[in-house]
Amino acid sequence: MADLTTNCAGIISPNPFWLASAPPANSGAQVQRAFEAGWGGAVWKTLGQPIQNVSSRFGGHTIGGVRGAGFNNIELITDRPLEVNFREIYETKKKFPKHAVIVSLMVETEDEWRDIIARSIDAGADGLELNFGCPHGMCERGMGSAVGQEPRINERITSWAVKYSTVPVLVKLTPNVGDINPHGLAAKHGGAHGVSLINTIKSIIGVDIDRFVPEPRVGTQSSNGGYCGAAVKPIALHMTAQLARNPGFRLPISGIGGVCNWRDAVEFILLGATSVQVCTEVMLKGYRIVEDMIDGLNHYMDSHGFATIDQMVGKAVPAYSEWGDLDLNYETVAKIDATKCIGCQVCVAACHDGAHQCLHPQAGTRVPRVDESECVGCNLCKIVCPVPDCITMTQVDNGWAPATWNEHTTGQGKLRPKKGAH
Amino acid sequence: MAHDPHAALPRRTAATALPEDRGESPFSDYKVAYTPTQAVAEANRCLFCSDAPCMNACPTHIDVAQFIRKIGSGNDRGSAKTILDANILGMSCARVCPVETLCVGACVYNTLGHPPIQIGRLQRYVTDRALHENWQFYKAGPDSGKKVALIGAGPASLACAHNLRRFGHACTIFEKREVVGGLNTTGVAPYKMKSDASLHEVEWLLQIGGIDVRTGVEAGRDITLEQLEAEYDAVFFGAGLGADSRLGVAGEDLPGVDGAVAWIERMKLAPVDLSGVRHALVIGGGNTAMDCMRELLGLKVPNVTLVYRGTQAGMPGYAHEWKAAQVLGAKAHWQAVPVAFEGQGRVQRAVLGLLDANKQPTGERVTVDADLVLMAIGQGKIGDMLASLSGIRIAKGVVQADERGYTGRPKWYVGGDARNGGKEVVNAAAEGQQAAHAIHESFGK
Repeated sequence: MADLTTNCAGIISPNPFWLASAPPANSGAQVQRAFEAGWGGAVWKTLGQPIQNVSSRFGGHTIGGVRGAGFNNIELITDRPLEVNFREIYETKKKFPKHAVIVSLMVETEDEWRDIIARSIDAGADGLELNFGCPHGMCERGMGSAVGQEPRINERITSWAVKYSTVPVLVKLTPNVGDINPHGLAAKHGGAHGVSLINTIKSIIGVDIDRFVPEPRVGTQSSNGGYCGAAVKPIALHMTAQLARNPGFRLPISGIGGVCNWRDAVEFILLGATSVQVCTEVMLKGYRIVEDMIDGLNHYMDSHGFATIDQMVGKAVPAYSEWGDLDLNYETVAKIDATKCIGCQVCVAACHDGAHQCLHPQAGTRVPRVDESECVGCNLCKIVCPVPDCITMTQVDNGWAPATWNEHTTGQGKLRPKKGAH
Repeated sequence: MAHDPHAALPRRTAATALPEDRGESPFSDYKVAYTPTQAVAEANRCLFCSDAPCMNACPTHIDVAQFIRKIGSGNDRGSAKTILDANILGMSCARVCPVETLCVGACVYNTLGHPPIQIGRLQRYVTDRALHENWQFYKAGPDSGKKVALIGAGPASLACAHNLRRFGHACTIFEKREVVGGLNTTGVAPYKMKSDASLHEVEWLLQIGGIDVRTGVEAGRDITLEQLEAEYDAVFFGAGLGADSRLGVAGEDLPGVDGAVAWIERMKLAPVDLSGVRHALVIGGGNTAMDCMRELLGLKVPNVTLVYRGTQAGMPGYAHEWKAAQVLGAKAHWQAVPVAFEGQGRVQRAVLGLLDANKQPTGERVTVDADLVLMAIGQGKIGDMLASLSGIRIAKGVVQADERGYTGRPKWYVGGDARNGGKEVVNAAAEGQQAAHAIHESFGK
């Protein structure tokens, strides 16, 4: 079996699976149950100034009957007394000395940061996470994403935290920015030991179409909240990879956003994360999902010959390229395995209405025909096909040497004739 | 008091006043109605196939993928209308269709080895809502001045009349029974649909108005065919099939030997007493025989045995129906046919002649106990009642017609069992609707 021990910015945990700073990491009893279930670490729900929460806080996005495929919340940081949180952090670390407890913090002034950092470390924190990401409630008070969206403030506050901390400091970044790079670099320049991303995305999860009020409804009103859950993974993967491939960055990353199972975790790790954090899937299913995450990761690592997490980190980053550097002469076409096809012709509708009109019904069979001379290799048919491995995108040996757009526009590289562009 | 949407509905003779203790009353639904949660979950499994095989398998070509997608989104009204646009008898068809051999049998999930989409149950879910909440989607067309007579108040005539009304043609249905709905009311196995549900559907669709239903009036007897032809601009013959066929063997007149369709009708509309029945025989191998088997077993008759002249594999009844009967304890004598019934005052025994693979007598005989015998060997064809009308061709009692139900004699159209020799309700509905369009076109614009 592989060694799942994780060292993310100097924070050691028995595996890379951490609870994100959120309701599942709200109390000692919860975090201890999570550790018993197998979680390697927990980022304690953000500590800071006293707040009060609203009634009705979460909204779910149901897609095709899948509940909570997307999720949002308008809950704020902890509403429990600081001293209670610190006592429970202390008790949790006593019981689980090998598990990582990272304390998420969000305060305003330098004095407040100094004070709360000292108390967190006294309680036994293995690391700190600076919450520069919360997109609702706190940003209006000049905290959360108001900090994360302004690199200068991010760098300044990070530098305070690093100055006062004796344990590793992670900066949690907001995705509500045009380009993640300057914000990651601000954290680095402030001295952070690593970053975690993404926090939630500004969102309105839905509208009550009978009451004419957005969700989640608080009386007659609602407000924008933070979007998360399975549906945000692609956004989070992109931002993780953006930083991971930035040669000026090179800090450890704790990946967050739509991690539901070991496969998601592997994807984050391959794109540069060292640990992953999970909130929504735990909120929907409970702590015991970690059993499959650990098992699945172990089997994956064994089957690919990875002995340690470090060997996997960033393995797919070199293949994350700019569009202009993609080989325009690489050609694939769809092939349908007639023995597997069930004749639903979902691919036909998709190709005809949503792609390049190269899949056609044929007489005498429900198996569609691929017009390879028109197929642009877009993948849509393969995506909609309900039968695994029925449609494969097969490389065509067209005899053209590789050529990219960037080469083409600089006079090098000859491009093959376009398909499906009539 | 809560508003009862049905309070103002027309009550049709004694039809809605069915007794509570009918023979069919103890049966519960074989396929249980979906809850909204179940319906949406099932709907969301649908692949939304293109040129969907389920739609093509339906004689009325209901756009199954669309109606299911609408359930998934909570658009139940739109879903019901999609169904009813194609088949006004969508509620009864949802319950009585042999979906295993039609839409559900065509579902591509079968090929994938997944459970197929339960199309019948989904269709029932929204059409039940449509009826219970009395959703009315259709208005009669502006009065065309044309009048159509329809013979028989079964599915074919009802579907035909409803479509004719949308064109604005006045309709009069002549039904020899006191109850309307035809076999939907008198013949459907009660674990699929009871008679009151069928009557409710008829009342619901008659709300389009302008369909005059005259019960207790037998065309050809109480009113001549010539009279109908003279008084109406078109006549639709949807009278179904005739009485149960008989074997013509000794003892067939003994009390306790009964026609299957006649027995089912009594069981569905009135109380039945089976307390003295220990051994029931059902003669035949078709779906009426399958229904009788399941009904007798469901009514707790201790021994129910099928007698069929062929093999199990050669039986015309649906395999899934026989399987369901077997689960209830059905037994069978394959390759056998009654040659005599015996008994003092009523049937007590049946003498069965055994047959070889070619259904020829082997000479061997067995005598079995039988205190109830239901003859399910087919029904007479009543097309011959049109024999006096020149220009109408009748073959083996079945009225011949083109693909839209035109008989070749001006004004005369046919649909349902009288035309197809005995198929499903959905075939009758499809043929009734086709004939309505043909009749409408015959009137010119």
